[in-house]
Amino acid sequence: MQFIWDWFRWLYQTTGINLTIFYDSFDRHRFTDGFLMTLKLSLICIVLSVLIGVVGAWLQGSKLRVTRHVLHWYIQFFRNTPPLVQLYFFYFGVGSLLRSSLGTGNQPLVSNVTWAIISLSFFAGAFNVEIFRSGVEAVPKTTLEAAESLGFSRLRAYALIVLPLAFRISLPALNNNLVNLVKTTTLAYAIAVPEMLYVSSQIWSDELNVPVMMNVLLVCYFGLVGVLVYVMHRWERAIKVPGFGA
Amino acid sequence: MNSMHAIDHSPGSTDLPVLLPAAACMARRVAAERRAGSPRLSLRAEHGAVLLAVFVIGCGIAEAQAGADNPSILATLWKWTPLLARGFVFNLAISFVAMAVGTAFGLLLGFAQLSLLRPVKRAAWLTTHFFRNAPWLVLLFYCMFLLPFQITVFGVTIPLPDWVKATLGLALPVMANVAEILRGAMQSIPTAQWESAASLAFSRRQTLWMIILPQCLKRMLPPWMNLYAILTMSTVLASIVGVNEMMTLTRQALSAENRPGLLLSFYSYVLLWFFVYCYPIARWTVRLEARFAVNV
Amino acid sequence: MPDSDARPIVSIRDMHKSFGHVEVLKGISMDVPKGGVVCIIGPSGSGKSTLLRCINALVPIDSGSIRVANFDVHSLTTDKERLALRREVSIVFQQYNLFPHKTALENVMMAPIYVLKEPRDEVRARAIALLKKVGLAAKQDAYPGELSGGQQQRVAIARSLAMRPEVMLFDEVTAALDPETVKEVLNTIRELAAEGMTCMLVTHEMRFARELADTVYFTDGGVIVESGPPAVLFDQPKADRTRAFLSQIL
Repeated sequence: MQFIWDWFRWLYQTTGINLTIFYDSFDRHRFTDGFLMTLKLSLICIVLSVLIGVVGAWLQGSKLRVTRHVLHWYIQFFRNTPPLVQLYFFYFGVGSLLRSSLGTGNQPLVSNVTWAIISLSFFAGAFNVEIFRSGVEAVPKTTLEAAESLGFSRLRAYALIVLPLAFRISLPALNNNLVNLVKTTTLAYAIAVPEMLYVSSQIWSDELNVPVMMNVLLVCYFGLVGVLVYVMHRWERAIKVPGFGA
Repeated sequence: MNSMHAIDHSPGSTDLPVLLPAAACMARRVAAERRAGSPRLSLRAEHGAVLLAVFVIGCGIAEAQAGADNPSILATLWKWTPLLARGFVFNLAISFVAMAVGTAFGLLLGFAQLSLLRPVKRAAWLTTHFFRNAPWLVLLFYCMFLLPFQITVFGVTIPLPDWVKATLGLALPVMANVAEILRGAMQSIPTAQWESAASLAFSRRQTLWMIILPQCLKRMLPPWMNLYAILTMSTVLASIVGVNEMMTLTRQALSAENRPGLLLSFYSYVLLWFFVYCYPIARWTVRLEARFAVNV
Repeated sequence: MPDSDARPIVSIRDMHKSFGHVEVLKGISMDVPKGGVVCIIGPSGSGKSTLLRCINALVPIDSGSIRVANFDVHSLTTDKERLALRREVSIVFQQYNLFPHKTALENVMMAPIYVLKEPRDEVRARAIALLKKVGLAAKQDAYPGELSGGQQQRVAIARSLAMRPEVMLFDEVTAALDPETVKEVLNTIRELAAEGMTCMLVTHEMRFARELADTVYFTDGGVIVESGPPAVLFDQPKADRTRAFLSQIL
């Protein structure tokens, strides 16, 4: 590995392109940690938001009126306010409320990373609830009836017929949302979560290599989102049923 | 002796795949959202009502927490309103300019994607997707830090204050999304229109300008307006990079007052401003969409 | 045959056309004299529509030759030449393909104004006359969305006529119409033919073909199976395939 780092040092000395994230081990670790933090944020939020979506879509069929109303307002809040405001709401609003009510003083009970995860998961989850629900609704009732008339139990009819269809219908919308989520993780910068954008800003203020780091950042995000988009589209195409869904 | 209607393809069932109406509807919406690069804003009057309720509750809490020596919450809000309003005007200015610049370049980029020259087409495609995939905040940072504080063109020095740089930063994703909206609208025009125009001896350029684009405009308007509403809400991002817009000023006001109880009332107040501005746009977008869905 | 000019206005020799690996036209030859009316019949997917599109240079051909008036369609290379050809040959589509953002009158006026660069007033007078001729004088300010299928199709015919073409191609123009409105479109075409316009029709209206055509071509599987005057082809078809097809639909 050493010769790679040396090459970047040489690059700096000859061209002035200062990529400290390669040849300086401190910066390298900082940046790697930031990159991993962005990945971690993205992955955890994707999993949690999908879980929220599934549970939410299931709860929307609940017989309890209260449950449905709570869900409705949860979705409305997270769909129609800027995610930055939501983040502030959790971190400054709920966070300080928790601190003062539990009397923990200045020691935060919940770390900023956790708040970012909670906030972003709820944000993307709100969209997922709607996506999964409309996916299930898009499967016609007659399909379920047909399955039941063939002797499937309701549970098996859902597991074998309705949900696989619903998932295929939902997937493109889910992809849009997850791509959006990964892009939104940058907002965690605002509450000092050490993700890629945040550590990059630390690096460029220490090393004064703003243009280089900016380009690195842009390329990294382009790559990250590009990979996600590509994988998801491949998946969409792979499970597409010919003649079903546009 | 009868015609062959029954055997031949009827117009309704030519080669379209068998689609469930609900699934088709969803697929259309997803495609539209993918083009617009963002989910559709669905603001309703009830949201405003709830926001107002939150605001009132917030004021109530603040009033209850405030001691006798503090001025009333409404007086405090009123005191800060002129400053906040100035910030809001800033948000609007940023949104106008970013939208105008983004639309102009976005259309150019969209047209470049139609070019018959392969390199132009590829470059335009790559640019569009590059800026679509980059997070808004990163693009904002990019412009904030990399643009100089002034530029000199033909001996004339033009200062570039922070808000202008932020505006350009927001114009970049708008540009990419407008290009994509244009491309989507073009694709939604049946190829039969191109064929029909060609059979009447219209040239490619004439077909584009007289037949295709006029039909695109109508289809582009709803997603374009939605993009504008989203952009307006995104102008608060400029607060992260220190532009003195409404969000930044709100934080300053809050720290000047130094009363934690004001948090809820102040932020819901700010949101109300944005709601009042974006709500008519969102409603109008929905109305236009419904109207075009029937006509087109 | 009326007006038997020495040279046919449309002359096709051994034309081949493939889409990918599928050969849809496998050596078509036919001649259409000036003022002649030709009907092309045959089962769906036998390449009839493609044949018309090739004549109008909307679809390039792979081999063989097409000559229309003074144009060698198969060797037109530039857009300019193709556009010149399309002033002589006009096509009316099954799905009308009117421009939805323009009124009926504007649809008719657009091409002469912008393509032929003729003065607007003159074009307007001619367009109004054409709409009157197809029986739609009252609908000149209606948008396509406000017209019935039959009315849209008649506007489409007027739109093509406004280019003063030498040859009119009709691609299953009644297939997408309600049975009641088929008649009004057929009447319009009947009048055109009576005026001496060269017409080539792909159609499923057998009674109409028998009444109007000078020559009927039966195509199947990308080749012309049989051709001849309607009385002969419909009443004494020689080929088995023709007989099978006719017995299926008559």
